[in-house]
Amino acid sequence: MEAWVGLFVAAGCVALFMLAMKVSNLSTISAGDGYEIIARFGNIGGLAVRSPVRASGVLVGRVSDISYDTRSFEAMVTMSIEKQFNQFPTDTTASIFTAGLLGEQYVSLTPGAEEEVMKQGDTIMFSDSAMVLERIIGKIVTDKLSE
Amino acid sequence: MKTEMQTVTAGSWLDPLVHAGRRAFSFLERTGRAGLFLLRVLQSIPSVLLRPGLIMQQLFSVGVLTIVIVLVAGAFVGLVLGLQGYNVLVRFNAEASLGTFVGLTLVRELGPVVTALLFAGRAGSALTAELGLMKATEQFSGLEMMAVDPYKRVLAPRMLAGFISMPLLAGIFSAVGVLGGYFIGVGLLGVDAGAYWAQMQNSVDFYEDLMTGFWKSLAFGFAATWVALFEGYDAEPTAEGVGRATTRSVVSASLLVLGLNFVLTALLLETNP
Repeated sequence: MEAWVGLFVAAGCVALFMLAMKVSNLSTISAGDGYEIIARFGNIGGLAVRSPVRASGVLVGRVSDISYDTRSFEAMVTMSIEKQFNQFPTDTTASIFTAGLLGEQYVSLTPGAEEEVMKQGDTIMFSDSAMVLERIIGKIVTDKLSE
Repeated sequence: MKTEMQTVTAGSWLDPLVHAGRRAFSFLERTGRAGLFLLRVLQSIPSVLLRPGLIMQQLFSVGVLTIVIVLVAGAFVGLVLGLQGYNVLVRFNAEASLGTFVGLTLVRELGPVVTALLFAGRAGSALTAELGLMKATEQFSGLEMMAVDPYKRVLAPRMLAGFISMPLLAGIFSAVGVLGGYFIGVGLLGVDAGAYWAQMQNSVDFYEDLMTGFWKSLAFGFAATWVALFEGYDAEPTAEGVGRATTRSVVSASLLVLGLNFVLTALLLETNP
């Protein structure tokens, strides 16, 4: 009987472990020993805390904090980058893209050509805001009207 | 209280009202007794922790014996989710999202809820019948006679076992269901295996989804075991009474689980917008 109970508890723990590692995103949550860089955007669209940060499509980190800078009237996005990806040049560009037509939004990092690399707390100089669908449609409409 | 109620004579036009009032009173009284009962059981739990043998025994009858039904049910639910999900998603050319569909449904809702319903039916009814029969054969009085507290010796280990078993069972259910969905989606219908797991991992969040399900299963285990124990301990000590108590135990535990699920979902979704 004790063996059965042991087996039951073991099976339950294995199942929960499998759910955590294989089904949920726990295995991709970094241990927090990365470094943080900041980017400023005019508009972040639907970006949220824990949104992915990608470089060439590869997940390199996650958005750890979003705040609003009341002096420059810009959104400040703090990103936690995993420590093995510490070679981003200081003139890296951060852009907000959407995965697919209706997918989640993510920050894409495009490395520049500088020799120096970014460290903890550095701010990205170049950034592209999120594409807001309404704004694009509005632009197309006004372009058509002015023709 | 009973004598007070009998003063209204039968056949009066007030009868339906009196009946409703009596039902309301007895419901409130039972709820209050159930609360006091829970308090006493919880108070006795610390002393049970010193006797793991008792808990072990109950884990066997509450948890281990429920595994088979949970395994089978989980597998079939996963298979159906695979089929249904594929059928809907393929219309939008989005069958690669099958993993998302199966994973989220199981982890957030079906895993905890269906497991709790099965748990109430399999383990809860057994607990109620066992306790009711113990009461009918006056075993509780016997224990008290020997200065053994039935709360500590009989009820608390069962409560603890139900509390421990439910999350484990729900985890097993979800895991088996995910594998069932994998079998149908990837094995039979040709969804890409990498897409199945990757999409699932992308959208199932550890804290917001998995832990939500875990808290739910804990709450359900607690509620279902409480109802089962109380119905058994409170059963009329006759063969008929035990039968009625068992039925009531399954019905009220199932309804309680479903109601609680709504409340918990609303609360947990609000904190994680």
